[in-house]
Amino acid sequence: MNVFAAIGRVFLTFLGETGRLAEFTWHAVTGVVRPPVYWRLITQQMMRIGYFSLPVVGLTAFFTGGVLTLQIYNGASRYGAENFVPVVVLIGITRELGPVIAGLMVAGRVAAAIAAEIGTMRVTEQIDALTTLSTNPIKYLVVPRIVAAVISMPILVAIADSIGVFGGYVAATESLGFNGVMYLNNTIDGLKYDDVQSGLIKAAVFGFIIALMGCYNGFHSRGGAQGVGSATTNAVVSSSILILAANYILTSVIFSHG
Amino acid sequence: MASGAAPKVELRSVKKRFGSKVVLDGLDLTLGRGESVVVIGGSGTGKSVMIKCVLGIIRPDAGQIFVDGKDVAKLRGRAREEVLRQFGMLFQGSALFDSLPVWENVAFGLIQGHGVSRAKAKDIAIEKLGKVGLSPDVAMLSPAELSGGMQKRVGLARAIAADPQIIFFDEPTTGLDPIMADVINDLIINTVKEVGATTLSITHDMVSARKIADRIAMLYKGKIIWQGPTSEIDSSGNPYVEQFIHGRAEGPIKMEVRK
Repeated sequence: MNVFAAIGRVFLTFLGETGRLAEFTWHAVTGVVRPPVYWRLITQQMMRIGYFSLPVVGLTAFFTGGVLTLQIYNGASRYGAENFVPVVVLIGITRELGPVIAGLMVAGRVAAAIAAEIGTMRVTEQIDALTTLSTNPIKYLVVPRIVAAVISMPILVAIADSIGVFGGYVAATESLGFNGVMYLNNTIDGLKYDDVQSGLIKAAVFGFIIALMGCYNGFHSRGGAQGVGSATTNAVVSSSILILAANYILTSVIFSHG
Repeated sequence: MASGAAPKVELRSVKKRFGSKVVLDGLDLTLGRGESVVVIGGSGTGKSVMIKCVLGIIRPDAGQIFVDGKDVAKLRGRAREEVLRQFGMLFQGSALFDSLPVWENVAFGLIQGHGVSRAKAKDIAIEKLGKVGLSPDVAMLSPAELSGGMQKRVGLARAIAADPQIIFFDEPTTGLDPIMADVINDLIINTVKEVGATTLSITHDMVSARKIADRIAMLYKGKIIWQGPTSEIDSSGNPYVEQFIHGRAEGPIKMEVRK
């Protein structure tokens, strides 16, 4: 057993995989601008990716906002800075937690579903069947999902932001004894367009990552039920990691000037 | 026919390997216009890969594939879709789209590939379903609600929906009971005769092969090792063919079974 050969093989596999992903991404992105555009499929996918993710994203956002408020109050009250709680919660939700929590929840829900569906289509030859019926599988399956995810995610995050702030409001007024009117006024005063916008840009990028990883892993699944299973797992794991990595990069790019 | 001399489809020394495994090793095969050719051979001899090479789903490593005298092996994108418009294919597991109702499955190629309106495509789909013995009320069902035999028939209806000039059948009778298998064989013969298509079937079901083939070719280790008219299959004098058509475990073909 040669250690260098083993390392070399892993490295080559990694390079091959990266190349395949790059090629796939290229076809998917260029497919967006080339006709035909399947509007019906895009709206259908927006329902599945965006609308049906609302309950899970809303609930997580609500509790995240609540717990964030409890913890920030805990820290701020040591310095008598309770008045800053609403603004810090607002910034935390809109800049980071809204997009990241929504991204991770949708990655678990949607990337898995996409990978399982497309993976099953692959192993039952439905993708080959598309080709024989003069239909480009990337344009028919991948492009609508990516477009739908990129449009849906910012909307979803805007809603998650509102519910998260509301969760903070409930925690502050119910458990911490804040005055409701004062809390809301502080929040509205602290609302800055840039904070919300940065979160929505992140959301669109996360949407792209989720749909791409779901489709890519599904498309390249091999060998029956087990293959589809591991494609699903890989889709969720890889999209979650990429979301967190992209979040770091986006944060440092967007907020580099300030 | 003016160009009657040119074969409809011709594979010339097509090669394909996956990693170190050689699947097609210089395969030559010709389909005459309107001819029904059946390729027989054991599991894993590259029958499906051969069909997928012609359809462009798998890219061959070497060799040429002619359709109407034009080399299509390297075509991509639009040009490939243009060539595929004259093909129909019945998949082994039917490969119906389970997100769409039966009629949309049958009409899919018409709507997406040929730009037929949905209403008109639905009428054609129901007519084609009738040709394979399915009533119009099946059209609204989802493929998951159908039995295996019915799914095969829907798959056949989808394959012939756009009146293709070339139809491929991948194991058309596998997994069906003998009676349903014969029903499918009859449907294949009748529908193909009606459309006048050139067909290539791959199977290891000899009953089916004898019934639908004008000519039989045997694929072994990535090459065609014997071919001839269906009537000569029993007097081929080829020990590989003899072993295969009689289904003997002993013979020149060694199955890779570990004792």
